[in-house]
Amino acid sequence: MKFIIKILKDFPAYLWSGWGAIASIFLFIAFWDIGNQVYGALVLPSPLETFKTLTTMLQDESVWKEINITLYRASVGFGLSLIFGSLLGLLAGFFVTASIMSRPIVTILVGMPPIAWIVLAMIWFGMGDETVIFTVIVASFPIIFVGALQGTRTLDDDLKEMADSFKLPWHMKFFDVYFPHIFSYVFPAWVSGLGMAWKIVIMAELLATSDGMGASLAVSRSQLDTPTTLALVVIMIGSLMFIEYIILEPIKREVELWRD
Amino acid sequence: MERLEVKGLNHHFGFTEILRDINFTLEKGQMLSIVGPSGGGKTTLLHLCAGLLDVEEGKVTNTFASNSFAFQEGRLLPWKNVIDNIALGLLAKGEKTSIAIEKSKKIALRFGLEESDFEKFPKDLSGGMRQRVSFARALVVEPSLLFLDEPFSALDIGLKKELQTVLIEMIANKEISILFITHDLMEAIRLSDEILLLKADPGHIVKKFTYSLPQNERDDKFVYGESAKILQDAEIIDTFELELK
Ligand SMILES: Nc1ncnc2c1ncn2[C@@H]1O[C@H](COP(=O)(O)OP(=O)(O)O)[C@@H](O)[C@H]1O
Ligand SMILES: [Mg+2]
Repeated sequence: MKFIIKILKDFPAYLWSGWGAIASIFLFIAFWDIGNQVYGALVLPSPLETFKTLTTMLQDESVWKEINITLYRASVGFGLSLIFGSLLGLLAGFFVTASIMSRPIVTILVGMPPIAWIVLAMIWFGMGDETVIFTVIVASFPIIFVGALQGTRTLDDDLKEMADSFKLPWHMKFFDVYFPHIFSYVFPAWVSGLGMAWKIVIMAELLATSDGMGASLAVSRSQLDTPTTLALVVIMIGSLMFIEYIILEPIKREVELWRD
Repeated sequence: MERLEVKGLNHHFGFTEILRDINFTLEKGQMLSIVGPSGGGKTTLLHLCAGLLDVEEGKVTNTFASNSFAFQEGRLLPWKNVIDNIALGLLAKGEKTSIAIEKSKKIALRFGLEESDFEKFPKDLSGGMRQRVSFARALVVEPSLLFLDEPFSALDIGLKKELQTVLIEMIANKEISILFITHDLMEAIRLSDEILLLKADPGHIVKKFTYSLPQNERDDKFVYGESAKILQDAEIIDTFELELK
């Protein structure tokens, strides 16, 4: 609780530090506009046109429906990865054999291109929610798993010994000695897992479903509707930036305050 | 009667013999120091006595009601601030949080930490400050036996003296028994009822010195005099050979 209050208290200062980021976004938009003037509206619509399209789209209920479908798939896939990746990673980390055995599996999961997973999932599950969710899980699970595994494997034996010398009861050992260390590994892994999930969900939808934002992207592409395409891209990037910079980054800062 | 008794203690790490045939007894209210060159197995011996390492050969009997440990490297929790680190042992004993924080603040001030340091994380502390926090964490639980592993090695002279005074006071009041490790002979002479000289490769006790003058009556003259006496001892010169050069 104390923690949440501290995050909220430091939030304005954090926002203030974001001026640099905002300036660079505006710079980016300026270059975008130059690109529009050079190549024409068919190839690259102007930022203004894109944002106009975006506003009309956001007033359209059917667009929100697509966004919700995508959100649902991404959250289910990411949620499952988060729960199972963290738990299995912890478990594997506590047993040397398990962590050695899991390494090749992780390598396969990480090394296999997502597009190959999508194709396989289409064969196994057909065209629908399962295919997308499966792909999201396969892509984000190993990242979280490895984070949890490393967090557990790198626990400091000296601190465990110290905890024993003060006869810490098990709940203190867990919350005061193990958890903060493991969390400092798992949390960044959650963040990258989330970014991965959000990218993969669009890709899987584009190839394997007829609804969701990815599918909308496929439709707008086939109609050569560049403003809509770009507006969709802006939604995807905007939502990711919102989650990452407004929600996760402030938490991460507080959580890692004690680090060098 | 509370006491710590070590009998015929041997220890190996792998095939390396670290300790050979260690024998001593620490009685209640006593301060026993183990002095020796670094790498001699002092830390290992202390860990064996405190039950942090399993005894392989020999016997360690500890009948003290409670004990606590100040580690050579501090071993503070990096994600807790100074006060929360100090309070750790109190909370583990089931002390109420508000009382634990109160006691921790008091002892922190007594050990030369300042109020502005209370919220700092260990990464923002100097080596000496970390040692003080570790020392405070071990003392605040008021153990009947205290294990100290070179607790003052990173402190400057003034502060070292201050903390030594704290210990001397506690010994004079018979509040505590201490097993103390140092490589500083003068420090040992100032504080101990008994000094064991541990020689390296493998660690074994070569000499034993006892001092009956109460600690709070020992002055610099006494310490220097006794040091000079000891330093004429051939065994000592041999043990500390490397360090005297
Ligand atoms: N956990 C360990 N495993 C293997 N060797 C160790 C371990 N801990 C200490 N040693 C070795 O034991 C010897 C004595 O170490 P230590 O007890 O720390 O000496 P001191 O505290 O007197 O400096 C050293 O040579 C050290 O390398
Ligand atoms: Mg040592």
